[in-house]
Amino acid sequence: MGCIEELTYEVLAKGLTFQECREFIAKLCPRVYHIEPGTKLFGEAIIGPPPIAVGTDGVFLIFPYVKPCHETFVLKVEDPGEAARLATFAKPAPKK
Amino acid sequence: MTEAEEKKALVVLGCPEVPVQNSLAVFTAYQLRKNGYSPLIAGNPAVMKLLMTSDPEKHYISTMTTLEKAVEDITDKGEKYELCLAFAHSDAGISYAATMRYLLPEARFITIVFGKEAEAIAKLIEYEGETIVEVAVHNPMSLRKKMSEVLGWAVSKN
Repeated sequence: MGCIEELTYEVLAKGLTFQECREFIAKLCPRVYHIEPGTKLFGEAIIGPPPIAVGTDGVFLIFPYVKPCHETFVLKVEDPGEAARLATFAKPAPKK
Repeated sequence: MTEAEEKKALVVLGCPEVPVQNSLAVFTAYQLRKNGYSPLIAGNPAVMKLLMTSDPEKHYISTMTTLEKAVEDITDKGEKYELCLAFAHSDAGISYAATMRYLLPEARFITIVFGKEAEAIAKLIEYEGETIVEVAVHNPMSLRKKMSEVLGWAVSKN
């Protein structure tokens, strides 16, 4: 079990394709960043085709989480430190 | 061929719910070794248990790792592979394959798409590389034939 599954999280969406997760996060979050596959959040490499959209809403991170047997989930985790860290290295997603 | 001369191959496996994957993984490991590769099999714990059960004395599959560790070994330790074969029968499988494609830009990369929805799943691929697509669920023979053709493995009648 990965570190992310040990966090307190809310499942915002499930059963979406990765592309649909990207669009879901882009619509939902005030700030959206793009990260590369394999970039770590909460100490765990994030999986998915690039660009991987990760959103923040204040102290919350919203991101896709892929499990091989369970498709992709969009998770929401409260972590001001990780949200601040994300802003230091991730590229802001282009505005649509 | 000595171990030092062997080329490295990474075989990425998806959820084991489609029966052909397990037998094709053993067959792939066999063919890779026969063709001078040292294969590392990456999968989830259920995949590894199935393979350990299929090949208890490790005649074909000598090294296995979790998908997470395979990714970390590339990102953190700079592990490289000459060849990567990614099996996928779902959107999640394509996400893992896409991640490996991104992390291994220099590798020969082949995505093997199978299962009932193979043709629809193959349309989710957004990255470059070779793709083998076959609606294979229980019978591995047609997919085995396609893989052997693409990879230059001698076709066996066995």
